[in-house]
Amino acid sequence: MAFKIGDHNPFGFQVNYEKAFAKATKDDKEAQVKMRPSTTFFKDGCKAFVHNPVAMTCFVIICLLVLAIIFIPIWYPYTYDEMLGFKTSDGSYNNLAPFQYGSAEQALIANGQFIWPHIFGTDSAGRDYFIRVVYGTRVSLSVGFFAAIIVLIIGSLYGSISGLAGGKVDMVMMRIVDIIYSLPDMLIIILLSVILRTTLGNSLDNTPLASIGVGMLSIFIVFALLYWVGMARLVRGQVLSIKQEDYILASRAIGAKSNFIILKHLLPNCMSVIIISAALQIPSAIFTESFLSFIGLGVSSPMPSLGSLASDALSSMEVTPWKLFIPAVSICVIVLCLNLIGDGLRDAFDPTLKS
Amino acid sequence: MRKEMLVYVVKRLIMCFITVVVVITATFFLMNAVPGGPFLSEKAASQQILDALNAKYGLDQPLIVQYWNYLKGALIFDFGPSLKQKGFDVIDIINDGFKTSLPIGLIAGILALAFGTFLGSLAAVKHNKVADRIIMIFSTASVAFPSFIIASVLLYVFCTALGWLPANGITTNGDYRGYILPIVTLSLYPTAYITRLTRSSTLDVLNSDYIRTAKAKGVSKNKILFKHALRNSLTPVITYAGPMFASIITGSLVVEQIYSIPGLGRIFIKSITGRDYPLIMGSTIFLTVIVILLILVCDILYKVANPRVELE
Repeated sequence: MAFKIGDHNPFGFQVNYEKAFAKATKDDKEAQVKMRPSTTFFKDGCKAFVHNPVAMTCFVIICLLVLAIIFIPIWYPYTYDEMLGFKTSDGSYNNLAPFQYGSAEQALIANGQFIWPHIFGTDSAGRDYFIRVVYGTRVSLSVGFFAAIIVLIIGSLYGSISGLAGGKVDMVMMRIVDIIYSLPDMLIIILLSVILRTTLGNSLDNTPLASIGVGMLSIFIVFALLYWVGMARLVRGQVLSIKQEDYILASRAIGAKSNFIILKHLLPNCMSVIIISAALQIPSAIFTESFLSFIGLGVSSPMPSLGSLASDALSSMEVTPWKLFIPAVSICVIVLCLNLIGDGLRDAFDPTLKS
Repeated sequence: MRKEMLVYVVKRLIMCFITVVVVITATFFLMNAVPGGPFLSEKAASQQILDALNAKYGLDQPLIVQYWNYLKGALIFDFGPSLKQKGFDVIDIINDGFKTSLPIGLIAGILALAFGTFLGSLAAVKHNKVADRIIMIFSTASVAFPSFIIASVLLYVFCTALGWLPANGITTNGDYRGYILPIVTLSLYPTAYITRLTRSSTLDVLNSDYIRTAKAKGVSKNKILFKHALRNSLTPVITYAGPMFASIITGSLVVEQIYSIPGLGRIFIKSITGRDYPLIMGSTIFLTVIVILLILVCDILYKVANPRVELE
């Protein structure tokens, strides 16, 4: 018996080439794959964040709030500065309790007409309180977000320039930061906003900035001047420590250019620190704004802010306590949620925390 | 080591001096940039009277001379007379306010330190147990509530609704109950913050090798906590204590406003609403100096407590 190569002899040691080296089918290949789908640091962090129930709940609450403050003013029948009994000199609209109506409205309801209820009542000038709270939340949240963006841009630019330059430039830049850092921020904020309000005065009228108002503008300027130092310090520290890492050295050794190193290595590695501290900056900005409005230095009336609503309600606290509690609870919920989201982001994105 | 320390302190003092000069300069020129002189709001005075007033307060001299005179005075806390409270020097008004604010701030700060470190270390020892959870919920919530909200809610609950405490603020007739709410309000935020700080640093320390060694050789649990762990875990609290004391002594603007306490914060707000320029400048500079000095003291204490920290 002569065997040809490829024939199978059931008792032979010869390998059956056709069978043993046959091309794997698609199913065979897939059965072998045991790897997880490839993931990036960012995707990994997002996954960890989504699986954090506390942070996700807070995130949903903030999203709902954002949707509410965008869409409610569009269809809501009252506006934040409309004094309901003003045209008819009707005092019955002032200081209504929740779900009460002014005298003219009561007459209409008696005729069978539907009047949208004043869910939170009205304030002392007869303005619907619910829509004022909505606008107040709008002011507070937008101040928080824009202040965080301002801080993020200035702080990370300043910090990364200082950290990258090193040497004397770094020394001088950081001494400036030290000086600003040791100023009592509340005092300087109050001082600056008083000065800005008087200096800017009415010069904003008829400019695109008029809709923001002097109060808001001075808050932003104050943030741009003072609040970036914390972020700058953080980013500088991060840049300095990353600069020493071996992979940067390796990258340089194989001839990578500075631009490439900054874009590919430094920025992505600083990103988590920057995002986390920017997220934690939002509640502190909201804090500051509501505080300034509370002592009468924030947004200019009739535009409400949660702080100014609370401060207006303080004097009539014994009679209408809900007017104090509604804005108070709103501020607390917003700040608490943003803080917890910030904590969740830190847990998800800070590589040094992973155990 | 001694010499290094000395060099460090001297360097820091020089930095402090520069900062103070920067603050004085900034406030001076900012206040001068505000349109409208200090006498503008008075009844329409004749040019002669204005000239006389300007000459009396030295406002007719060139700006740079005014600045130099002000700087010289401010460095020895001489801020000149107040514009609105006739016959009072700015420094006397500040002094009176400080006498009221200081005890409240000090008591609140000490309470915050005591409760914060206690709750923080308790939470760390009982990590992930019920006590830890409750303490963490308390501290997370307290950090999120603005002080003016806490102040007004406390005022409503205890003075208006329950009527346990007097609502008219502190009085001089020896009724100390008026101090309770301001102190509680002031100490709430720092207590919560110190609790979080102590908890995380104690957790770090409790996981370190030398604690394991101590456990292995049979040291009792209490001794490990008090003798070994707390000493190291409290160093971050020292760095926080400086800014904290500074901010509750100076930054109690809201609390003093709501509880009507005639302290520094109220003087500051009053000077701003009344456009009392010398008083605004004086209180800003005074408070800045306090803040800077307290931060300096705490930084030095930190280096003493933790010799491993490199002196820059």
